Amino acid sequence: MDSTPALLLHDLVKSYPAPSGGRTEVLRIPHLELAAGQQVALRGASGLGKTTLMHLIAGILVPDAGLVAVGGTPLTGLSEARRDRFRAERLGYVFQTFNLLQGLTALENVALGLAFGRGVQPRAAMAALERVGLAGHAGHLPRQLSTGQQQRVAVARALANRPCLILADEPTGNLDAARGRKVIQLLQRSAAELGAALLVASHDRDVLDCFEQVLDLAELNHVQAREEEA
Amino acid sequence: MMLWLLIRRGLRQHLVSTAVAVLLVALGLGLVISVWVVRAEAEQSFTRSASGFDAVLGARGSKLQLVLNGLFHQEASPGNITAEDYQQVKSLPVVDRAIPIVVGDNVRGVRLVGVSDDFFQGLEYAPDHVYTVEPGGRTFQVGQKEAVVGSLAAHQLGWSIGTQFHPFHGLDYNPSAQHSEVFTVVGLLAPTNTPADRVIWVPLEGVQRLGGHDPAAFTDLSAVLIKFKPGAQAAGFMLDTRYNRQGRRLTLAWPVAAILGDLFAKFSWFEDALQALAYMVAVVAGASVFSAVYSSMSARKRDLAILRALGAHRGFLIAAVLGESACIGVLGCALGFGLYAGIASLVQELLRTRIGVLLEPWAWNPVLVWGPALMLGLSVAAGAIPAWRAYRLSVADGLAPLS
Repeated sequence: MDSTPALLLHDLVKSYPAPSGGRTEVLRIPHLELAAGQQVALRGASGLGKTTLMHLIAGILVPDAGLVAVGGTPLTGLSEARRDRFRAERLGYVFQTFNLLQGLTALENVALGLAFGRGVQPRAAMAALERVGLAGHAGHLPRQLSTGQQQRVAVARALANRPCLILADEPTGNLDAARGRKVIQLLQRSAAELGAALLVASHDRDVLDCFEQVLDLAELNHVQAREEEA
Repeated sequence: MMLWLLIRRGLRQHLVSTAVAVLLVALGLGLVISVWVVRAEAEQSFTRSASGFDAVLGARGSKLQLVLNGLFHQEASPGNITAEDYQQVKSLPVVDRAIPIVVGDNVRGVRLVGVSDDFFQGLEYAPDHVYTVEPGGRTFQVGQKEAVVGSLAAHQLGWSIGTQFHPFHGLDYNPSAQHSEVFTVVGLLAPTNTPADRVIWVPLEGVQRLGGHDPAAFTDLSAVLIKFKPGAQAAGFMLDTRYNRQGRRLTLAWPVAAILGDLFAKFSWFEDALQALAYMVAVVAGASVFSAVYSSMSARKRDLAILRALGAHRGFLIAAVLGESACIGVLGCALGFGLYAGIASLVQELLRTRIGVLLEPWAWNPVLVWGPALMLGLSVAAGAIPAWRAYRLSVADGLAPLS
């Protein structure tokens, strides 16, 4: 079995410019590792840096220091264009607010998940829609779908490129408990089928209860720890 | 493929602002091309329509009036010249053809032009094109009250071969000024796309000897249309000196193209104003493309952030935004050509029926290339700032949850 971790963070530091000048450190994570196929929930209240961490892992943001490696590829050493390409080819990302393009149909939105990596593959996009049970809604625009269906389309888009790591940032934030649970189960089942690691960031207890392994961002993040000690 | 899809959907999502921008680009291009082409083509068409003559000899007066009256059948004649003047100029060795005309009568506003019969004998109104009568008709016989009718005049009056008519005195139609003589249409002039199409051609004496005309002036002429033999430039100079500088009784309108050029120069201020207006509309069109693309981009900031998050490179966003503005430009240009075709056909019909001058709106003119290039360039340039904003977009900000 491949022992390369699906995700490896080491001595990760991220800061932002402070309004008063200088910089404010928001994340300092000494070490975090996810094995291939591992499914983990990341607990953390709003404003603790869950989204920042997700963006760092996705290569959308660049850390001040430290290592982010996905599937053995160190993102921190890549140019922005290479990170974009890597994200398109190897990562699946589900956002809190679905983030579907309103002018595109469900199928076209899913195809977007492939467009910047392997290239548009209508069959693969349709297969991803079938996986989430929405093949019959391929031609529907987002506004013609329920919120639950929209999030399932977003999940299908994240799965379309058969990623090695799926990131989900508050994926049930806009759903009721029952629909939220269904989406989490869908993510877990799909990640298992693909052999992908799954990292779900949430502050929702119902979501966290779905996972055997839950990490607390407050414990991972040494910046938070120091502030709390002070 | 995805880029094209996003561009199309982006334009469709903001259909109203897209449509307004496309219409303004079309209006800008239509006006720019119309002003430039109509300006250039009108002058060339007037010169082409000089019906193959190099000069007009008439009574002392305005050269422009002589040209307009003799060749374009507009305005009144500045006065008469004698038959001896005609014979004298005709006999000059430098003169190839000298065609005398007489005007002063009309039928329901259509001019009656008395002309010698050699007008229909191999005279070229354009290279390799001679005046001919439509099959089934013939030219008039000298001394007979017969007429050959120009194609536009025949259409306007509803005449055909065999139609009989009474002329009316004067150049303007006055129902109470009817002459008693009756003329018969014996031929229809084949269309020439020159002012010759707009008049009724009759024998010289047909006009000269109409009842009520002064018997003492029965042989007088309104003008002589002159075609020089090869080497016209030298002949023109010679006759210009003879009639215009040394003589005091006659005027030689020559060269016709320069006289028409002076006419157009008189209206250059109006053309300049039209050009300025066209440029202003082009600039407004550019601003409208900017507004449409900028608002579209602002409204879709989240969409662009999603694309980035899904792996789209910044260059892709630039291409998407510039692609939208370029599409507006291309659609506007296509519509602009349609608009120009409409404007040109209106002007063409107006000039053809009112003056007998045929405009060629699709004849080569550089504006047909630089006009669309200008509008396309303006459209793409208008997308530059929104594209730059898209390039600089912060994905994290763009993806922030909506409140």
